[in-house]
Amino acid sequence: MAHIGGGATRYDAIVIGGGHNGLVTAAYLARAGKRVLVLERRPRVGGAAVTEEIFPGFKFSMFSYVVSLLRPEIIRDLDLPRHGLHILPLESTVTPMENGDYLAAWADHDETRRELYRHSPRDAEAYDEYGRLMHFMAQAVKPILGMVPPDPTSFAPGDLAALLRLGKHFRGLGAERLHALVKLMTMSSADFLDEWFETDVLKATKSASGIIGTFLGPRSPGTAYVLLHHYMGELDGVFRAWGFAKGGTGAVSEAIASAARSFGAEIRCDAGVAKVLVRNGKATGVVLENGDEIAAATVVSSLDPRRTFLQLLDTEQLPADFVSDIKRFKFRGSSGKVNIALDSLPTFTCLPDGAGGKLHRGAVSISPSLDYVERAYDDAKYGEFSRRPYMDIVFPSVIDPGMAPPGKHVMSIFVQYAPYHLNGGWNDAKREAFGDAVVNTVESFAPGFKSKILHRQVITPVDIERITGLSEGNIFAGELALHQLFFLRPAPGWAKFATPISGFYQSGSGTHPGGGIMGASGRLAAMRILKDRGVGAR
Amino acid sequence: MSLRTTPFHARTGPLSEGQAWRRWAGYVVASSYELSHEREYHAIRNAAALFDVSPLYKYLVTGRDAARLLDHVVTRNVGKAKVGQVLYTPWCDAEGKQIDDGTISVLEEDRFRMTAADPTLRWLHLNSSGLDVALEDVSERTAALSLQGPNSRAILQVAAQRDLSTLKYFRLTSAQIRGIPVTISRTGYTGDLGYEIWVDSAQAVPLWDALIETGAPYGVTPAGMLALDVARIEAGLLLIEVDYFSSRHALIEAQKSSPLELGLGWTVATDKARYNGKDALDAERRRGPSWQFTGLTVDWDSLEKLYAEVGLPPRVPTQAWRMSVPIYDPGGRQVGYATSGGWSPILKRYMALAHLESPSAVPGTQLRMEITVEHRRKQATAHVTPLPFFNPERKRA
Repeated sequence: MAHIGGGATRYDAIVIGGGHNGLVTAAYLARAGKRVLVLERRPRVGGAAVTEEIFPGFKFSMFSYVVSLLRPEIIRDLDLPRHGLHILPLESTVTPMENGDYLAAWADHDETRRELYRHSPRDAEAYDEYGRLMHFMAQAVKPILGMVPPDPTSFAPGDLAALLRLGKHFRGLGAERLHALVKLMTMSSADFLDEWFETDVLKATKSASGIIGTFLGPRSPGTAYVLLHHYMGELDGVFRAWGFAKGGTGAVSEAIASAARSFGAEIRCDAGVAKVLVRNGKATGVVLENGDEIAAATVVSSLDPRRTFLQLLDTEQLPADFVSDIKRFKFRGSSGKVNIALDSLPTFTCLPDGAGGKLHRGAVSISPSLDYVERAYDDAKYGEFSRRPYMDIVFPSVIDPGMAPPGKHVMSIFVQYAPYHLNGGWNDAKREAFGDAVVNTVESFAPGFKSKILHRQVITPVDIERITGLSEGNIFAGELALHQLFFLRPAPGWAKFATPISGFYQSGSGTHPGGGIMGASGRLAAMRILKDRGVGAR
Repeated sequence: MSLRTTPFHARTGPLSEGQAWRRWAGYVVASSYELSHEREYHAIRNAAALFDVSPLYKYLVTGRDAARLLDHVVTRNVGKAKVGQVLYTPWCDAEGKQIDDGTISVLEEDRFRMTAADPTLRWLHLNSSGLDVALEDVSERTAALSLQGPNSRAILQVAAQRDLSTLKYFRLTSAQIRGIPVTISRTGYTGDLGYEIWVDSAQAVPLWDALIETGAPYGVTPAGMLALDVARIEAGLLLIEVDYFSSRHALIEAQKSSPLELGLGWTVATDKARYNGKDALDAERRRGPSWQFTGLTVDWDSLEKLYAEVGLPPRVPTQAWRMSVPIYDPGGRQVGYATSGGWSPILKRYMALAHLESPSAVPGTQLRMEITVEHRRKQATAHVTPLPFFNPERKRA
């Protein structure tokens, strides 16, 4: 095969972006014998999965803070435990209520049932049936996560075969479960949960998980299917779906990077890519922000679709309809993050003894009622951050003491809503006002909390975009809305990791299946590249 | 009559949320303190877990000929060990079949502490005729805690007010914790950084309190036998009466194993003139053992497929199992049996410990393990994996 661009190149493939998906792609390519170079703009790898010591002695998972669906096959294939990966279980969720009561979901099934029984004996029973249904639904959807999405409009044998398999798969579910699946795919999470439960705080807490990272409220249609994600992890034999990475989410990135290096990949930080070089419709390499050119016949972008196609390429290099699809791809970052260094753990009025330590080992969800969460969305709909936001709070140092000095703690507050497009735009004063709204809301459930704060870092969607590069600060590299999933992610006809430019591939969360620290996009992209370009071929 | 509780029971008893206790050498110890052992397991690998290991049999062997006696009994070379060293060692009958395994701590030149899983006093007596040696069963007098995990050193350094970074793997030292005299050995049954703390039974409770209080900011977590069982399989450490039978309890020859067959060849000294089983072990070493004790990893795709056939997602044993499970070669011939197995939460692998005929025990060999899926016996593919499954640098560092 003739070398494009003439002369020998040092690399078979260049991966743009050292986030977890880019690193996964690089590791799999290197494992297959490819000479791989990863180029990361920041001084450290990880993208949105980074651990940083923002305040001396206190380490934070600065952006992404829990690991839910990291594919176990990636953990095994890349031998990540040997490179330091340890996922620790996140046991429980406590939701403080505005009347001083609380709702808890504990690690133990009987304890949770008894707790729910306190609120509604009927719901306590419904909870088990609901869990069983969701388990089936998750089982139905799970194969899709590991599948390259077929193109439903294509007559190519591969697409037809995959569509046929998919059709058979869904027909095999039986009528009742198929109906439930359609409901999950079309309803709002509030409506879906209304069919099952009467306890408002339960519905509020469950539905909150359906809105994370979207610009939708619990009563917006299409939010129900995200409820499934909570049941997905159980199918991998992971025992519990949600976890912390020891050392923070940056440790996940570091482990993947270490695995990639062990297979021979080279990782270069402080190496931002300005453009992908294209000649005659084929990728030939990249040019760095400092002007250096590096050649490779395969170039992979793990950046989000907007930056991949509208920034790294010139739009005239791409089909016009594709460009307009990418321009329409919605980001609409809606969440912020407040990271806090604590002198000691806060006491929540609803459970002053912390249930013997259990409260702080799990998540605290500030979602006291459906109206509360919907109102938080209302603020955002009209361009304001929520005055009383939905929050998902965790204390990583309780589970992983290494995150803070002995006896001290770190607290991670995921906050929604904080719209990227804020009325009048974000500035320092608005950021601090947003931080104050968050801290004051926590204080209302945990009086005395403020006095324990040693340091606080407030991160808005604009900060997320500035630091990680994620467009509009969307944590999923593009909204996880139904019209942006599967064969539509990121654009119809281009969901199979290839792009209109030969030799140029996409592998970030903006491709199927996307979302969370899952690594599936990065792995599937690597598989596609190896299939197209040949294993170990030069 | 009830079983005996250990000297720590005043503290461990009230911690038990589900009253789940397990028998060990005539005592009861916690299976898990919480309703699930999951968090206790993760404490071993992530922070620090505190185990009550008092039921171990402990003997004090003293006198001019103490080393000679031990050297006659066990397979390791005790005479060459230095004061402050701890030896892990099996001991065998005259036919070279393993009776038990344990540790020997060299406290002073003529003073040793031996631990054993089974009562061993009589066996020591039988072997000591004509020797100037005193034997004392200190099992009840000595209580023991095992502090295991990456934070164990930090906790002990604060508790004992001294630097322990120079205390190497399988070495011991005397120390004081809040004025309580203890022996600290860098040993354990988890394959992680860890220590065992030996104390007079009368001081057990204050020692427990000291370690719990000091350890709290470092995430110390009392842990039971279920968590330990998962960790010891990850570490590839065998368990008597589960992974092998004591030759003194075996009813037929086939139930016996030699240390060479149990992957303990490294503990059988080649530089000792005489010890129980030497001739048999020398001969076995020359011809090569017929069996090997090794790791097996069940292939996930295979497991997933077997469960998918009945419409279920794969299930994995979250508690370690202890039973005999047949292992076959790809042709369907039985080539061995697994004796322990379970899901490794850190490795995300289904692992097992198995006795395999030597030709089938080469790492990477594809075999099949019997698993029961919905009441039917199936075979999942598995491959031979060298032990240990999990071996962090901190264990020895």
